[in-house]
Amino acid sequence: MTALSVAGLHAGYDPDLPIVKGVSFDITRGEAVSILGPNGAGKSTMIKAIAGLVPCFAGHVRLGQTDVTGLASHHLVRNGMGFVPQTENIFTRLTILENLQIAAQLLPKAERAGRIAAMLDMFPDLAARPGELAGALSGGQRQMLAAARALLTEPQVLMLDEPSAGLSPKLVGQVFDTLRRISEAGVTLVLVEQNVRAALTLTERALVLVDGKLAHDGPSETLHDGKLLGELFLGHRTAEART
Amino acid sequence: MNPQAIIDGLIAGSTIGLGAIGLTLTYSILRFANFTHGDFLAWGAYLTLTVAGVLGGLAAGLGAPVYPFSFGWGLPLAMFGGVALTVALTLGLDRILFGKLRARGADAIIIVMASFGASMALRSLLEFIFTAKPAYFTKALQIAKPLGLGMRATPDQLLVIGMTAVLVVVLHLLVTRSATGRAMRAVSENPSLAGVYGVNVENVIRVTWIIGAGLACIAGVMAGLLVQIRPYMGFDLLLPLFSAAILGGIGSIPGAMLGGLIIGLAEAFAVQIVGAEWRAAISFVILVLVLMLRPQGLFGQKGA
Ligand SMILES: Nc1ncnc2c1ncn2[C@@H]1O[C@H](COP(=O)(O)OP(=O)(O)OP(=O)(O)O)[C@@H](O)[C@H]1O
Ligand SMILES: [Mg+2]
Repeated sequence: MTALSVAGLHAGYDPDLPIVKGVSFDITRGEAVSILGPNGAGKSTMIKAIAGLVPCFAGHVRLGQTDVTGLASHHLVRNGMGFVPQTENIFTRLTILENLQIAAQLLPKAERAGRIAAMLDMFPDLAARPGELAGALSGGQRQMLAAARALLTEPQVLMLDEPSAGLSPKLVGQVFDTLRRISEAGVTLVLVEQNVRAALTLTERALVLVDGKLAHDGPSETLHDGKLLGELFLGHRTAEART
Repeated sequence: MNPQAIIDGLIAGSTIGLGAIGLTLTYSILRFANFTHGDFLAWGAYLTLTVAGVLGGLAAGLGAPVYPFSFGWGLPLAMFGGVALTVALTLGLDRILFGKLRARGADAIIIVMASFGASMALRSLLEFIFTAKPAYFTKALQIAKPLGLGMRATPDQLLVIGMTAVLVVVLHLLVTRSATGRAMRAVSENPSLAGVYGVNVENVIRVTWIIGAGLACIAGVMAGLLVQIRPYMGFDLLLPLFSAAILGGIGSIPGAMLGGLIIGLAEAFAVQIVGAEWRAAISFVILVLVLMLRPQGLFGQKGA
């Protein structure tokens, strides 16, 4: 079963200068996929376009069976999309609990308290002080809150944009451990990462985006030695080893 | 110094505070300084006056003053109608003007200029429909009763102060405790992230207009009841409203109310000390001082 399907996607901030130029891929339910690529390749733009935050100029995005192309982000959440942006991904002036409560508002009233409790169970760092302002959390804890918020509504697909950016190596380990647990629980995971080695060990498949186009789509092992990846990033090779 | 200035200041401050709450909410959630907000006060007063006239025509007894106040049941009833019509006016204006600019991603400065134009149009329209001649909710006169310590107030004035206090508490609880309030605070921090959390930002914007317009109408009726109704009554309050909102800290409801009371009191004392012709300068002086010394205001977040 396809969880997320992207077909011929063109997207960006200005229709005359698309940043994402014709990207297509399908992600199967339960799969974990990395999206790699050099800085400025358009990874964030693409993932935001899929999440309904950046205009799509052409192509289609399907979540499960539903065509969600161009839908506003709050509609996408209702259709099973969980998205954690690269920066500013929590409300710092709200408490930890309030951050979770806002997300829980989408659930039927009877389920809200239970799902919030389940998230606090999953992330003990957050459970320790739910009434504290989220702005007081450390970088790693912020990523945990962001992930908890996105998971709370049990999305079909969870997309994270560089969850390990700016974190100390120890925290990177913690964040990836959490993501592994999430993936093992059966959640479809799409992970944009600069931290190539950690991303490749977590996900079974990797897409490489260079200059707004897919340069590679294949099993993570094919990129492990780093040579192919280096060449891809520099733009010497394209579109090989497609599955 | 005459202690009566305290009462005068609290009364003027109630109107300014209620108006400033609407202004601070639209500022923090829609992210632009809305120059039409003063005119919403004036429109609220005139729309209520119109509804009261219709009600009075239907049932003459509604106009008879209810002791100890100077007005009858017709006025509070009419105010419900006035609030509904003022809300309709702001939602209509959002649909044909602000919402269109927002959807197009227009810069805040463009939206501010649009609100400035809309403000002038709304005011001219009032003058055209109702003429510039002052109007009154009631012809009854009231005697101010002594409150002790050399202060006096009419029952109408005390009612205005009491009603303001109730509204501010209710609104503060709504914003700090309810799901709607949480969504409003989320949108004011980061609208696009609010969408990612599943919040329908356009709904939050509608709620903001409804609250802002409702309070503006009530403030306009209060000012109209205690002073008089004029097409320029809201425009003349614009500077005090902005000063109060910024003094309180953009986005803060208690801040806007406190800011309003401080401006009202400062004006009342200034009138006694330096003369009535300086009243208008007070808001300006306070605005400049706040912007220079504490731009985030009393309760505002730094960098907000
Ligand atoms: N809000 C914006 N408005 C206009 N152009 C933008 C905007 N955000 C990004 N861009 C442009 O889009 C291009 C791709 O940026 P994007 O952030 O998608 O890259 P990325 O692959 O995520 O890079 P990084 O690895 O550094 O996060 C860049 O040229 C950038 O300048
Ligand atoms: Mg990026």
